[in-house]
Amino acid sequence: MKIHYGTALAAVALVAVHILMRLTQGFAESLEYDSVIANYKFIPYAGMLEIILILLSIHGFNGLRVILLELKQGRTYEKAVSYGCVAAMIALIAYGSRTIIMVNTGMT
Amino acid sequence: MAQTSLAEENASTPLSSSQSITLRIARYNPEHDSAKKFMEFNVPYEKWTTVLEAILEVKKHFDHSVAVRYSCRQATCGSCGMIINGKPRLACFTKISELNSNVITVEPMNNFPIIRDLAVKFERLFDTHHKVKPYLIRDDTEITTNTKEFLQSPEELEQYIQFSNCIKCGLCNSACPTMATDSSFVGPQALAQAYRYVADSRDKGKDDRLKIIDDSHGIWRCHFAGSCSQVCPKGVDPAMGIQLLRGYMLGFRS
Repeated sequence: MKIHYGTALAAVALVAVHILMRLTQGFAESLEYDSVIANYKFIPYAGMLEIILILLSIHGFNGLRVILLELKQGRTYEKAVSYGCVAAMIALIAYGSRTIIMVNTGMT
Repeated sequence: MAQTSLAEENASTPLSSSQSITLRIARYNPEHDSAKKFMEFNVPYEKWTTVLEAILEVKKHFDHSVAVRYSCRQATCGSCGMIINGKPRLACFTKISELNSNVITVEPMNNFPIIRDLAVKFERLFDTHHKVKPYLIRDDTEITTNTKEFLQSPEELEQYIQFSNCIKCGLCNSACPTMATDSSFVGPQALAQAYRYVADSRDKGKDDRLKIIDDSHGIWRCHFAGSCSQVCPKGVDPAMGIQLLRGYMLGFRS
């Protein structure tokens, strides 16, 4: 459970930086195609987004796992929920990372 | 002599009082019944009459088959926990006059399997209590020669003394919303007892206990609803104990 608290605190700090960065330009401008691509190409910022993605995925899916474990108990069910959440977490991180990688390798 | 006392108790006359209440008792036998049903009895009472006495009145004069567990009648043994007008309470520690109602409904405690009527099984509570090692753990002992008793300052005693008042009545577990959904949850009673020994300066088993409760159905499943502390008849605050235990687990306390 310490991982849940740790990821939450770290995500709050990094998401705050992320929001502050967005405030440096207008909200509508920051969502324009070129602006988003530029963000992904700026490696330190893209790295921070990747870390936020990992932290929120771990936090979110661990939270979902805990809720599901409270709803029902049983050895098979609990294993299925735990492995299912880890698989979903990996899939989401892979999908998010793919976007960053595609931009940086010129695949867009 | 013992026979005479028993005969006298059995032959006691009903309480004579101008006041009476309707006592609704939940009846349920898992071997025969599909659902709980209520039976109503008109019971006279005095201002000092407890709910347990009213139930025993019903057993003596109306229906002796009502199943209820009780022993000390003075909130010490923790046997007569039940839901009284929707709240977990000790029947022997709840006066009818303090409920301010003409209808008293008594039901078995939530989150416990029912044996019959108001009597519930305590196995899970005792198992989880036992699981947290509710005793002092250390290598040396006070009883070997050339040793002296383990001294504690009043401040050290203050750390855990309220938690040692637990009478294992199960009211906290009955009130706990997590216990209702998580059948493997260790429960506020056991967690409060874990804190009681972790906070005891004489104990050396802190790491063992913290490992036991740091489980997928352990201390982190508590949502801090605080209902356990609301219903404790002995003034124990399990919710606070759980929060303090979390302090140990996160390294804020040592």
